[in-house]
Amino acid sequence: MQLARVIGDVVVTQKDENLAGLTLLVLQPIAADGTASGRTLVAVDAAGAGVGETVFFVRGREASFPFYPKEVPADAGVVGIVDHWDLADEERL
Amino acid sequence: MLLARVVGTVVATQKHPKFEGAKLLLVQPLTLDDRPRGTALLAVDALGAGVHEKVLVVMEGRAAGEALGRKLAPVDAAVVGIVDTVDIAE
Repeated sequence: MQLARVIGDVVVTQKDENLAGLTLLVLQPIAADGTASGRTLVAVDAAGAGVGETVFFVRGREASFPFYPKEVPADAGVVGIVDHWDLADEERL
Repeated sequence: MLLARVVGTVVATQKHPKFEGAKLLLVQPLTLDDRPRGTALLAVDALGAGVHEKVLVVMEGRAAGEALGRKLAPVDAAVVGIVDTVDIAE
């Protein structure tokens, strides 16, 4: 899983029927220090997240598990909303 | 699997039910000479690994779900070992 900021959502009218009713979010992955890290991506939402929130997301087939037995064609999914994260002192890493 | 250092913990109240009670660690993947490699990622922990420890992380969903003891959990990384030493042959 990775940390990300929700920076948008995607509206798609014509889509795979197994995506019906799902929210698609645009994510910017972030590093441990909160800065943007890597390319943006689109993920299905399984946590009730919204734009502006910090979330964590899962990559791969597991993104579809929250919707089981429906076979959702997704390769990334938001599975939690982050309250906060704590980093160890940097000099000790 | 990869070697990583536990650098932090993550708290999330609103999350998928399969994460209930699971500990979430922020782990920084390492090169063989212990330098950070790439972006830190989140892994579930069923072993009780602590911050600063070097751990073995599995990066595959089914294995991670099994490590957590839950089927169909939407996880893709789990701590499956706490590393004592790594010996590299010359």
